[in-house]
Order: sequence, then structure tokens, then C-alpha cells
Amino acid sequence: MKSATSRGNTFLALAGLAVASMPFWATAYHMQLASTALILSMFALSLQLLVGGAGLVSLAHAGFFGLGAYTIYLLGPVSILISLPVAALTAGVAALGIGALALRTSGFFFLMTTLAFGQMLFFLFHDTPLGGGLDGVFIQRPDTIWTISKAQRPTVFLLLNLSVLAAMYAGLWLLMRTLFGRALLGIRANEHRMRAMGHPVQRLKLAAFTVAGMLAGIAGHMAALTDAFIAPDLLGWHRSAEALLAILLGGIGFLHGPILGAFALTLLEELSPLITERQRLVEGAVILAAVLLLRRGLAGIGR
Amino acid sequence: MMDARGLSRRFGGLLAVSDLSLTLQVGELHAVIGPNGAGKSTLVNLLAGELTPTEGSIWLNGVDIAALDTERRARAGVGRTFQRTNLMPELSVLENVRLAAQVRSGGILRRADRVRPPIEDALAALTRVGLRGTEQNAAGTLSHGQLRQLEIAVALAGQPSVLLLDEPLAGSGAEDAAPLVALMRDLSREHAVLLVEHDMDVVFAVADVVTVMVDGRMLARGTPGEIRASAAVRDAYLGHVVA
Repeated sequence: MKSATSRGNTFLALAGLAVASMPFWATAYHMQLASTALILSMFALSLQLLVGGAGLVSLAHAGFFGLGAYTIYLLGPVSILISLPVAALTAGVAALGIGALALRTSGFFFLMTTLAFGQMLFFLFHDTPLGGGLDGVFIQRPDTIWTISKAQRPTVFLLLNLSVLAAMYAGLWLLMRTLFGRALLGIRANEHRMRAMGHPVQRLKLAAFTVAGMLAGIAGHMAALTDAFIAPDLLGWHRSAEALLAILLGGIGFLHGPILGAFALTLLEELSPLITERQRLVEGAVILAAVLLLRRGLAGIGR
Repeated sequence: MMDARGLSRRFGGLLAVSDLSLTLQVGELHAVIGPNGAGKSTLVNLLAGELTPTEGSIWLNGVDIAALDTERRARAGVGRTFQRTNLMPELSVLENVRLAAQVRSGGILRRADRVRPPIEDALAALTRVGLRGTEQNAAGTLSHGQLRQLEIAVALAGQPSVLLLDEPLAGSGAEDAAPLVALMRDLSREHAVLLVEHDMDVVFAVADVVTVMVDGRMLARGTPGEIRASAAVRDAYLGHVVA
């Protein structure tokens, strides 16, 4: 997996600045839309550690995203300084447990095992009173450091989500440069040879699965914080599929691919109703065309 | 030193390796020859830990390693090459070898480009096999002969005490083979080397000890001269080749 080149980094920085300047020129609605894209970016980026990093395609990822979101509901009103680490930790512990079992399988069976575990988490919130029921609940947001008026919310959440995404990207950028990150890329390239070299492949994969789960928990926490609403849908497998789609569209071979893909998907979802009522049809056609024409995704354009 | 005693491996009704014992020591190149299906590759996989023996024990420097998996055996000092090139084609030549050397480095959260020992070990291994200058190329762009050299460099970078070479010349032409033959002779000075090879000229040129396998069993063992002179070996195996 490649990171952005210096030209790509410039583009990312400029895009970040454009989003950061939205409070000066955009409507509250568009800032909320940008927050949605930022959260999907975080979620897809966390999954990219598995897909582009270690070659692991997981459908359990939305489960960790949803756990992070539900942490806010289950904790009740606390400070964000507590809810955010607890969300990461909860999702991380779940990922450690599920990963330890699911990573005994590989390939297609890994995909199906993660699907099963992800759906178990989904039904835990869908069919039991634990999370407020199947219709979802409005939640009280965690206390932010200072009081935010209703009018300030879109601006504050936009900047908060942008900061969290930037921190997550920087963290993963650094992580992929470590011996650990290089070993993951080796596993993606040839797991069998990595074993023959003596790498503790299973432990490395489990570490990646756990870290990715924690990051997904953070993304879910930010989603619940932004929307003040949670529902079992957050944990459904189609959410995982959406993140996989963002990775595929943005470029599986690039760390920043999922961010481009997430923004493209959000934009597509916003614009397609303008063209026709058959929204999904247009979306499907555009994604299909993009994937067929851009074999290396949006991030691969011009390389 | 590696010592295998009474190794057997059964696949259903087939006894692929049967009651085979052998000793590998530093300074000695031990070649295993035999017709196709004699169990040579199974033997390598038993020693490397890809397969667990049905019976028998494998000792590495006085420790029984028969129950250890591939990863643990590799970390204990058993390195191997593969008959079919088994590398990371999209990664650079250097990265292929550096990853093998990285196994011995702790501090897994350090920046890879700042941890020098694996890089230096990798470059040393590449120099040794004659691939210096190609290190920044993607491994997939190398020629077949170079890939065979890279296979050996990857195995060497792990600094194994025991080196299992599974048909290192497979698919190589004569011009590719010559430097590898010289390399193998050189390697046996510092490593206990097991060589599985089809090319008899190569085996007789580099081996100190030759074991002949037929149908999973040891048919004969001796110096290259003894094996060449053995009537039993000639009848069972070499005869087919000559005829």
C-alpha cells in the first residue's frame, strides 16, 4: 500500500483546508454533509488498515463502528474525554475477541466468519433491550469541553471530525512505516513466505484487526456524537460493505484512497436524486463505471 | 546441527517418507536425490515444519523441534528456499530480503527505514548471491535465474543455522546454474545445508554426503564417489537417467 506522494499530500492538505474553511462559506446543511463524509472516511480508513494493509477483507467492521457509537448511549452523559477512549477500548476489546476466533480462518471463510460475528453484534442491539431497541434512540451527546449552542454545532462538529480524521490518517501513515506496517504489507503480499521467514503472522494480523477495530470504534463514536442518534443499522453488514466500496472506489493500494472514496460516495448519494428518482440505479452505474475504468481507484488517477 | 531420527509421514494410505534418519552439520552439504515421488519434497517440508511427522523426532542443537510450526522453526534457525519461487513480486527486491532479516529485530513500532540491522543484513545477503544493484526493482521484474538467487538471499537473510535448499536450480539454464553452484559450496562452510536437486552433475560437484531416496525410504548413503559406484543406486535410480 502506497501513501500519498508529495503531490498527493499537497492535494490532501488543500482539501483539508477547504473543508476547514467551510464555516466561512457553506451552509449548515453542507457542513453536516461534510461531517457525514468525514465519518465515512474515518470508518473506511480504519478498514483500510486490514484490506490494503494486511489483505484481510472483514465484514465485521461495522460491528466495531456501532459499538463505538453505542458506547455513548450506554455510558450516559459523560465528558467526551471519557467517552472517546471508552468507545475505542470497547471496540478494541470486541475486535480482539472476534479477531482471535475469526483469524483462524482465511480467505472466503474469513469473510463469512466476520459476517457472522458482525451480524451477532447487530442482533445484540437489534433484538435485545440493551441498546434501546430496533428503532434506535436519540442520545444525549457527551459533554464537550465548552458549551456549544445549537447554531454552532455544525461548525464545531465539522472541525472536530476533520481533526479526528487528520489524526487517524497521520497515525496510520506513521504506523505503515514501522516494522509492524512493513510486516503487514508482507503478509498481504505472501502470507506463506512470511511464515517461512519466521514472522508471527497470526499475532500480527490480530494486532492489526484490534487496532482497526479501535479506530472504527472512534469513527462510530464521532458518528453518534455528530448525529445524536443511534440505531442497530450502524452495525449492519451493509455498512461494512459501504466502507469496502469506499476503499475500492478510492483505491485499494493507497492509504488515502478510502478518504477519496468516502467523499465520492457521499457526493454521489447527494447528487444522484437530482438526476432521477431511481437513485440506487445511478449510484450503481457510476460506481461500476468508476471501478471498471479506474482499476487503481480515484487515488490512482494520473500515476 | 540438525538431527532427524526415524521420520515417517503418512498421507492416507501412502507412506511418503518412511523411517528416514539424517544428520545435517555445519561445514557439510548433504544432498538428497531420488526419482520423482521419492518423498524428497515431503522430507524438506517435514524438516521445515510445513508438515508434522507421523513418527520420528527432529532435533535442532539438542532441542526436539518436531512439534514446532514453520514460524517457530524459522525463528529457531531453520531457513529454507522453495522449489517454486515463493516471493513477494510487488515488493522491492530489498524489501523481500529485509522482511526476512527483520524477524530478528525487536521494537516493532520503530520506523523501518531507521532500523539499520535488517537493511544491512539484507544488502549483505543480496551481495552474497550476486543481486546487488537490483535492490530497488520490484521482485516481479527479475529474470527466472535472478528469482532463484533471490530465493536463496531471502533464506540467508534470516541467518539460519540450517539451510534447506529445495531444488534451487529448478528451471535454470546452465549459465544461471554455475554461480549458484559456487554459492552453494560456499554456503556449506557456515551453514548445515540440505540440498534437494535433480541435476546429478551439480549434486556430485557440491555434495559432501549424498542420500538416495526411493519410495520414501533411504536406499543408499555415501560420498558422491560411493554413490556413483553403487550398483544398487545405479539399478534403482541412476540407471533410469543414463538409459
